[in-house]
Amino acid sequence: MAKAAAKTKAASASVERRPALAGRALSAPGVKVEMLPPAERISLRAPQASIAALSKALGVTLPAKPKTSATKDGRTALWLGPDEWLIIDEAGNDPLADCAKVTALHSAVGISHRNVAISVTGPAAAMTVNSGCPQDLSLEAFPVGAASRTILGKSEIVLLRTAADSFRVECWRSFSDYVFTLLSEAASDAAN
Amino acid sequence: MLLIRCPYCEEERPELEFRNAGEAHVVRSANIAGESDDDFEKFFFIRANPKGVIYERWRHIHGCARFFNAVRDTVTDKFVMTYKAGEPKPAKLPGAAK
Ligand SMILES: [Zn+2]
Repeated sequence: MAKAAAKTKAASASVERRPALAGRALSAPGVKVEMLPPAERISLRAPQASIAALSKALGVTLPAKPKTSATKDGRTALWLGPDEWLIIDEAGNDPLADCAKVTALHSAVGISHRNVAISVTGPAAAMTVNSGCPQDLSLEAFPVGAASRTILGKSEIVLLRTAADSFRVECWRSFSDYVFTLLSEAASDAAN
Repeated sequence: MLLIRCPYCEEERPELEFRNAGEAHVVRSANIAGESDDDFEKFFFIRANPKGVIYERWRHIHGCARFFNAVRDTVTDKFVMTYKAGEPKPAKLPGAAK
């Protein structure tokens, strides 16, 4: 038995996770598009009565207002719907494990590897995202911290404004090549 | 592009985020197996398809993903109002003539 276990361990050492499009980046005058490092993510569904317990367990208050997010210690909760949130943890902690301790009714599904994130930064960032996203991205309508599920061209995305000139674009990894290419083309156009 | 007010997101959003889901307020019988063929046909296939004001289900599929109801004019394509799923058909429409 011990011999078999040792064998398995040796084999797994050669397994390397390669995130979709890792390391891809594009710089254009006024905007930079680049892949962000992997993160822990969960899709969370919960009724009103469970929000307090889940907020406590996650260490971040689940936002109740549409199109908003809340961030604490590297963990962001994005309002997606009246009973739906996307939790992104960039600090290396596992939000799924935190939710597992909660007895209040909820559904938490790990989607860390379903999504990839692309950052769009620079003075022309909003213009770049707007090339495929029909939402009003002015600072009045989409302020810093605003978050929304929406579309970019033919792909569904989740958009988070992390700063006045910085966006985090979350998309399904199978769409990431399309999303990254569209944003890259848009970035080149936005520079002109 | 049309802007449609989502009653859950509480703001107007571009039509590309939405999908039509057919006529609203079509009530399913509590005893569907006991329905006559004629009544089932009416429930399942027959729609009002009016020229003018129509009550429809819409879904904010690329947004909050919720279903809601909308009142739309099929002639002008103008959305008169939207309201949450499960709420009764509005008795009075804003801006409607008496
Ligand atoms: Zn909505």
